Amino acid sequence: MILPLLRRMGQTVFVLFGISALVFAVFFATPGADPTARIAGRNAAPQTMEKVRKEYGFDRPLPVQYAIMMKKLFITRDLASYANRGELVVPEIMRAAPVTLSLVTGAAIIWVVLSIGMGVLAAACKGSWIDRLLMMVGLIGISIPVFWLGQVVNLITQNRYHDTWLFSWVPGLGYVPFTQSPLAWFRALVIPWCVLAVMFVGIYSRILRADLVATMGEDFMRTARAKGLSPSRVLLRHGLRTALITFVSLFGMDFAQLVGGGALLTEVVFGLPGVGRLTYQALNSLDLPLIMATVMYSAVFVVLANAVVDAAYLFLDPRVRDVH
Amino acid sequence: MSTDTHSHPLLDVRDLCISFTSRGQSIPIVENMSFSMAGREILGLVGESGSGKSVTAMALMGLIDAPGVTITGSVRFKGQEILGLPAREFRALRGREIAMIFQDPMTAFTPVYTIGWQIDEQLRVHNKFSRKQARTRTIELLAEMGVPDPANTANRYPHQLSGGLRQRAMIAMALSCNPSVLIADEPTTALDVTVQAQILDLMRKLRTTHGSSILLITHDMGVVAETCDRTLVLYSGRVAEEGTTQDLFAHPQHPYTAALLASIPP
Ligand SMILES: Nc1ncnc2c1ncn2[C@@H]1O[C@H](COP(=O)(O)OP(=O)(O)OP(=O)(O)O)[C@@H](O)[C@H]1O
Ligand SMILES: [Mg+2]
Repeated sequence: MILPLLRRMGQTVFVLFGISALVFAVFFATPGADPTARIAGRNAAPQTMEKVRKEYGFDRPLPVQYAIMMKKLFITRDLASYANRGELVVPEIMRAAPVTLSLVTGAAIIWVVLSIGMGVLAAACKGSWIDRLLMMVGLIGISIPVFWLGQVVNLITQNRYHDTWLFSWVPGLGYVPFTQSPLAWFRALVIPWCVLAVMFVGIYSRILRADLVATMGEDFMRTARAKGLSPSRVLLRHGLRTALITFVSLFGMDFAQLVGGGALLTEVVFGLPGVGRLTYQALNSLDLPLIMATVMYSAVFVVLANAVVDAAYLFLDPRVRDVH
Repeated sequence: MSTDTHSHPLLDVRDLCISFTSRGQSIPIVENMSFSMAGREILGLVGESGSGKSVTAMALMGLIDAPGVTITGSVRFKGQEILGLPAREFRALRGREIAMIFQDPMTAFTPVYTIGWQIDEQLRVHNKFSRKQARTRTIELLAEMGVPDPANTANRYPHQLSGGLRQRAMIAMALSCNPSVLIADEPTTALDVTVQAQILDLMRKLRTTHGSSILLITHDMGVVAETCDRTLVLYSGRVAEEGTTQDLFAHPQHPYTAALLASIPP
């Protein structure tokens, strides 16, 4: 159990190195383009250019440049965005990360609970109208674009019906830190949570139902019934537990991808200053240091989540444990 | 025959008919099957593939829940009609009074739980056992079934055991609540020959050690000859012939039985 985890961590470090080198190469070592100009921003003064060149070591060999970049990202954390008047990039991301994390975690709780409920219920009532209804709802959830849904919800709760008793509690768009007021934090996020969760509820409930139905045909489910277990116990302890292995690995990847910036649309629609929105702004203003940093942040998250998923896999599936 | 089965046989099946509906058409799978089983008897149920052996077994367990299935006739267990018993009452019987083991021990255990956990589970569903009591009994059972180092084996996952050990564990689980009837659906088909002999040996011993009656489903006449007291030959859903195994082998009445016997490798 320990050894595979250690090996996994080694791989993680290696993968992170690979990604960072690649990102660095794409943005700073592209032949024919002077990275100094890119970092300093459009129409920068010659003094600024000179300063940037020295600071980033662009007059030195590539490996040194890479090392300086990584040092500025991870150790001294003073990578600055010239396009944005010297704003330090790392703290900027550190400010955005909790917003995204709050948004995605809440949505994830909603989508996991709802999709397990819906998937299990649909599988238990396989073939009945309940099953068909739930799967239809899931399909609708998948097909609604999140930005459209967000806009419509905003229109209703912020505008049209804001003054009715139903939505008068809805605060204006934006984020309130949990540390400032848990209640306000909750109120600011509960609608974005639901909107972000909708598509995933659809996807996950349908996947889980399909998995469960397939599992029900397995021999061990027949054994479980032959033991005299109740149908709910057979379905949950034997069926769901087994089907959950796929569910968890999917969840890990989706969660990581969202935390890494994939919740961009939701963040923009609801005015949440998260990582996705930050990346979007960085791309818009071609703010290279910020792009570099957000991409690295996202990569770190996806790779870490991957490692966590693998660990969960080891925990959930004894067969995998022995293969390592 | 023991005293309590004197008045009525342990298991008495009368005119069992099972049919599935497919595209509005009713297809009979088992027709007018009748047989009975006495205590401590090993009854063989043979027949070619598709003759309805497994379907019969599943019907006795009350486990057929395919849509459009019709089951008629009567199945009496210790005098009580169990066909059409409410689900909850049938569940109390299943695993406790009538237990079943399956062909492929590889896939018959839930892969994510240890063998011991799964046997404990059955014990705890039917008895008021604590976790610890259940585990003690589980280890006892595994030992009785000839599993080496039972305490450790109980903590292992199905995929970590050999086929023979898994089938022993499966039998231990089926016997955990001392069922009166054990239905074994081709329990040795998936095992190699030496292991097959060991498992059959174990099953023969069960009637003395556990007082079990066994309905042994197989298509292997060799297994029947070695193991069963009486044998029922099923031919496309009907009982073609029934009798003591000895008689059946000496004077087969039905041409199909004769053909089956002829097919045993010398
Ligand atoms: N749910 C079902 N719906 C329709 N037909 C079924 C169903 N289950 C079984 N059958 C049919 O019943 C027949 C008997 O099947 P069964 O599994 O009992 O055969 P068997 O004697 O056990 O054969 P084998 O030796 O291959 O295990 C088969 O023709 C099968 O197609
Ligand atoms: Mg069969």
